[in-house]
Amino acid sequence: MPKAVLNGSDLAWMMTATALVLLMTPALGFFYGGMAGHKNVLNTMLMSMTTLGFSLVAWALVGYSLAFSAGNALLGDLRWVMLNGVNLAPGQALSPTIAPVIYMAFQATFAVITTALVSGGIVGRMSFRAYLAFITLWIVCVYAPIAHWVWGGGWLGSLGALDFAGGTVVHVNAGVAALVAALVVGNRKDYGRQAFVPGNVPFVLLGAALLWFGWFGFNGGSAAASNGLAALAFTNTFLAPAGTMVVWALLDLRRVGKVTAIGAASAIVVGLVVITPASGFVPPIWGLVMGGLGALPSYFAMQWRARLPVDESLDVFAGHAVGGATGAILTGVFAVKAWNTVQNGLIAGNAAQVLTQALAVAGAAAYSALGTFVLLKVIGLVLPLQAGRAEQASGMDITQHGEEAYATGEGAVLVLPEVGAEPRLETVRAQA
Amino acid sequence: MKLIIAIIRPERVNEVLEALYRAEVRGLSLSRVQGHGGELEHTETYRGTTVKIGLTEKVRFEIGVSDHFVEPTIRAIMLAARTGEVGDGKIFVLPVDKIYRIRTGEQDSAAVTPVMVS
Repeated sequence: MPKAVLNGSDLAWMMTATALVLLMTPALGFFYGGMAGHKNVLNTMLMSMTTLGFSLVAWALVGYSLAFSAGNALLGDLRWVMLNGVNLAPGQALSPTIAPVIYMAFQATFAVITTALVSGGIVGRMSFRAYLAFITLWIVCVYAPIAHWVWGGGWLGSLGALDFAGGTVVHVNAGVAALVAALVVGNRKDYGRQAFVPGNVPFVLLGAALLWFGWFGFNGGSAAASNGLAALAFTNTFLAPAGTMVVWALLDLRRVGKVTAIGAASAIVVGLVVITPASGFVPPIWGLVMGGLGALPSYFAMQWRARLPVDESLDVFAGHAVGGATGAILTGVFAVKAWNTVQNGLIAGNAAQVLTQALAVAGAAAYSALGTFVLLKVIGLVLPLQAGRAEQASGMDITQHGEEAYATGEGAVLVLPEVGAEPRLETVRAQA
Repeated sequence: MKLIIAIIRPERVNEVLEALYRAEVRGLSLSRVQGHGGELEHTETYRGTTVKIGLTEKVRFEIGVSDHFVEPTIRAIMLAARTGEVGDGKIFVLPVDKIYRIRTGEQDSAAVTPVMVS
């Protein structure tokens, strides 16, 4: 093996890509926050935003080592715990030409947004203390093992499963976890009796636009270098959502006679999800086709989900688990070795790859469901998972955070501190 | 003295204001309200969820007038707010016991007679 050398252009691209992917987490906050009602928008946005604190710290201290150090086929070891040995020396197996500190940061942004994606399953009712415990532990207990299986030297990677940027690790995982979380935490108290209408559709569009922008770092950066593979992934990220949007708009037109804003935003995200596992493996024309085909399962899954009694109302399962599984399986169909130097798929004569892909989806989904279920049950023993009926009715912004998203200031009376004593919350409440 | 309450379409507000100005009705307040007056509901679709919106945006005028202003005010609103479609709104005319102008303490008709600011 030649002596490892830091490559300036690789490093520059990976630092840029890391910043791009970091932006996706607040972008997701806008995407989800816009779909939440007026009284829950801050709560929903904070659920994404706080993963950048709690989950990120857990990742830096423990998660990264468990996911990416050698370990065994199921889990990494503890050599990089507390960022020990995460240094500037190039030569690490997965990212030979960049500094390990940047690879740790790049992977942190993936782990964090995957955790934030799960929050879409429990909007409008999860107690925030329990949520913070959940996101701190989930990134270590559920995300890190699956990342290790596929990317860190674990069993799914050894089987030859292709997942360029996280179709199974990120999207199947997050989508399944969101559905399980919705079931364990339980529905909103007035779910099924009251119509929940999105409070800010422009936020949904803004979030989708920023997600697309950040996704260039997500897929392009997954080459771990500034090379042809990164260029291929970048271009597929460019094309696939366009194909999805066209098909989605036609489906919307056929069904309700109108092209919808939330439909367009959803299509962008679904297209990005579908192309994620394939982005560095398929030629661009198949990337575009995958985007178009990928609209179908998620579109119909969203129609079907709305008739179910489970309050998974932001459709993380339909968008990410169904979209991620579609993308993972289609990767096994459209991969072309002449482009990716790794493996052929069905159209290039390797039908077995489709089965390997399906196995990876099933493995990730099964562990995600089990891990999320157990984790929430354990947290539920210590903290109530769901806020009470009255708290939900007043809105999670006021009851969980003591803030309003769209305050007018009318009726707000300034509480002045008493001289020599801190005003206590109970006295303030009593006066009000 | 009467209190005239008119519920009209938001898109006719400017026409009504102009007609009231021409009729020399000067004192009024308006507020945005929601209501239902037999017009068709519209539907909205958010992914798999379809919702029917049963309430329509309306604007509510409140105008306190002396007796000889009642007819001109009603005529102005009626002509300016009408489109001929269901949902044009209503005008209610209510008796008023007393009116006070807060600034001067003037009462009744004097309280609703506009003052020219020079």
